[in-house]
Order: sequence, then structure tokens, then C-alpha cells
Amino acid sequence: MTFIIIKLHLNNLIMEEGKQLESFEAKIAAGHKIEPKDWMPEAYRKQLIRMMSQHAHSEIVGMLPEGNWITRAPSLRRKAILLAKVQDEAGHGLYLYSAVETLGVDRTELLHQLHTGKAKYSSIFNYPTLTWADIGAIGWLVDGAAIMNQTALARGSYGPYSRAMVRICKEESFHNRQGYEIMMTLAKGTSEQKQMAQDALNRWWWPSIMMLGPSDDQSPNSDQLMRWKVKMESNDAIRERFIDRTIPQAEFIGLTIPDKDMKFDEKTGHYSHGKINWDEFFDVIKGNGPCNAKRLKDRNDADKNGRWVRDAAIAYAEKQLKEKQAS
Amino acid sequence: MSNDSQWPVWEVFLQGNPGIPHKHVGNVHATDAEMAIQNARDVYTRRSEGISIWVVPANAISASSPEDQGAFFEPSNDKPYRHPTFYKIPEGVKYL
Ligand SMILES: [Fe+2]
Ligand SMILES: [Fe+2]
Repeated sequence: MTFIIIKLHLNNLIMEEGKQLESFEAKIAAGHKIEPKDWMPEAYRKQLIRMMSQHAHSEIVGMLPEGNWITRAPSLRRKAILLAKVQDEAGHGLYLYSAVETLGVDRTELLHQLHTGKAKYSSIFNYPTLTWADIGAIGWLVDGAAIMNQTALARGSYGPYSRAMVRICKEESFHNRQGYEIMMTLAKGTSEQKQMAQDALNRWWWPSIMMLGPSDDQSPNSDQLMRWKVKMESNDAIRERFIDRTIPQAEFIGLTIPDKDMKFDEKTGHYSHGKINWDEFFDVIKGNGPCNAKRLKDRNDADKNGRWVRDAAIAYAEKQLKEKQAS
Repeated sequence: MSNDSQWPVWEVFLQGNPGIPHKHVGNVHATDAEMAIQNARDVYTRRSEGISIWVVPANAISASSPEDQGAFFEPSNDKPYRHPTFYKIPEGVKYL
């Protein structure tokens, strides 16, 4: 008897869950956003936490290679711009961490995962910024590639993530333009300056097109993630759009894309690129890029060195509260 | 001393221009209201998006629940007479 009741109960639960899934998917198909308190499948929640936290980590780790040049920016104008750009990236990290927190994870936990090397962040930030031109290349190419990805994600189904993306995209176009302006200025300068710009493009081009993720045959986009609008477009589709837009920009300032096999395909109307060194990409992801160890150390140092400030702020707030209660 | 907390969450509301309502824009972590306002300024108004900021402790907000959305808001659906378009006014009648 109890057995039957339990079984009936289970059946009800399964039916209930099926109905919830149905209305969840209908909502997404109709273009509505899913909000934090709405019912969502566990797989949806997990995938979003993974993606959004990696995205948040990428924003704040991305501050490190650029921060490297703030004190050495070639003019006060450039310094003010770079400071504002890096501050924006901190802001992006904050928007994103706060969006992940709506899924019931704590920021402390996410940062812990980053600092212990358990969480991933974008492969691109494990490359060094050797010259001032690298700051130009990052804004132009890395922020440019990120914009392609983020405008797609802004159409995603999870409300807080999509709203954060909309906000971020608005701020990114300044990042993109200031980078291009740096490259343009160098390309119009002395032959050494032009060479410096070309050298930066040579080093950042491949990592930039790789940062958009493995090619579609290596990363089959699950239909489910597409249907749930967690993933909006395939990596290769986003990469193609980025390349199509960037090549004319390079040509305009007289720089050469370091890909001998790159050519415009009249039939498709797109550029086709040479072979991408995916071994390098996966190696960097695994932790063997030129700067992985340094980035992790710098993040950990920042966390450790800022600890007393956080403790002091808490102590101060507690003291204020006590005084207020006593009076 | 304390465990390394990321501080309580405050929801942030911005007034974009004089005369319009404050609108929710996101949240910040902060130890107290004063710090929450400063952080909100840095995080949400870097491009003069606002002229006034409200911060509210996140745990002080009560919200209607999505499951009850239907039952909660539907009663107004069958009251079309609350809208001016419900009433037919003959042509020629002005200012109504
Ligand atoms: Fe960013
Ligand atoms: Fe950016």
C-alpha cells in the first residue's frame, strides 16, 4: 500500500517536472527571458553557472595584461583611456559575478575556484603584453572578438546574463575603438612604430581567433543548449563574422593579417582562413600558456593583499552599527 | 577575525534624469549603505547614467512569486472596463 502511494507520488512528480520543462521551453521559444526565481532544469542552471563564472573570471583576469602598461602609457591621454578601459573590465566582472549569484552561488566560492586553478577563464589572457602596441592589439582584436561573442549572448534566455551582456556590449565599443586608434596611430608613424604594430598583430591574431572557442567539429553544440538559448551561435559562425569584419580594418591601416592562406571566397562571400593550431589552444587552456602561472599568482596576490582592507571595512561597519545601537 | 566574506548584497536603483522614477540596475556588495552608494556610483554610473542612487539591502526586498503569477495578476484581465478603449463614444463628441 505505502509502496503504491510512493509510486503514485513519484509519478506525479515526474509528470509535474515534465509539465514544468514544457512550459520552460515554451517560454524560451516565445522569446521570453527566464528569471532567477523561475523553474529551470538543473542542466540549464549548471551550464549557466559554468559559462557565466568563466566569463566573469575572464573579465578580471583580463585586467592584468593591460594593467601591465598603465604606468608606461605613452601619453596622459592614453593613460587616462587605458585606466578607464581597465576599470570597465572590473565593472564587467562585477556585473557578471552578480548575475551568477542570482543562480544561488556565492561570489566567494567562485573566486576560490579561480584562485585554486579549478575554474577556467579565456585562453587569450595567458599571452604576454610585450610592447605598447599589444594594448592596441588587445582592444582592437580581443575586445573585438569578445563583442562578436557577447552580442550573440545578449540574445540569450537567462534574464540577468542577457541584461549584463547588453550593458557590457555598450561599453565594449569604446574598448574596440581605442585599440584600433592605437594601431592606426602606430601604423601611420615611423617605420619602427609600424613594425611594432605589425608585430603585435602577428602575435595576437591567432590567439584572438582561437579565443572564440574550438571549431564546430570539435565542439558539437548540443541542440539542447541552442534550444535553451544558452548558446546562441556556433563558434565557427562567430569566428567567421569576426574575421570578415576585421580584415578590411587591417587593410585600411596597411597591416597584414599573418595568415598566408587567408582568402576571400567569392562564392560564400566570406574569408576562409588557414589552419588553426588547436594543439596550442588546448595546451594554453590546460595551463601551459606563456602566462598562466603568472596570472594565477597575480590574482592570488591581489586577493591576499586586499584581505586586510576587506577585514577592516567589516570591522568598521560592525563598530558603526554597535555605536548606533548603543546611542 | 571575520571569515573572508564578500560583504552583504545591496540592490541598486538609479534615477536617470530629473523627474523620472528610479529604476533597478543591478547590485553591489558593500559593508554598509554609504559604501554601497559609493560602489554603485563606480559600477553603474561611469558614463553619467544617473543623477540619484538608491541602495536597498537585498534581503529587505519581498517579491511576488513566479508560480503565483497567474492567480495573482489575472483578476485584472477580465476588467476591460478599466480601460478608456472599452467605451464607445459617438463621433463628433470632442475632448473625451
Ligand atoms: Fe569586458
Ligand atoms: Fe573590453
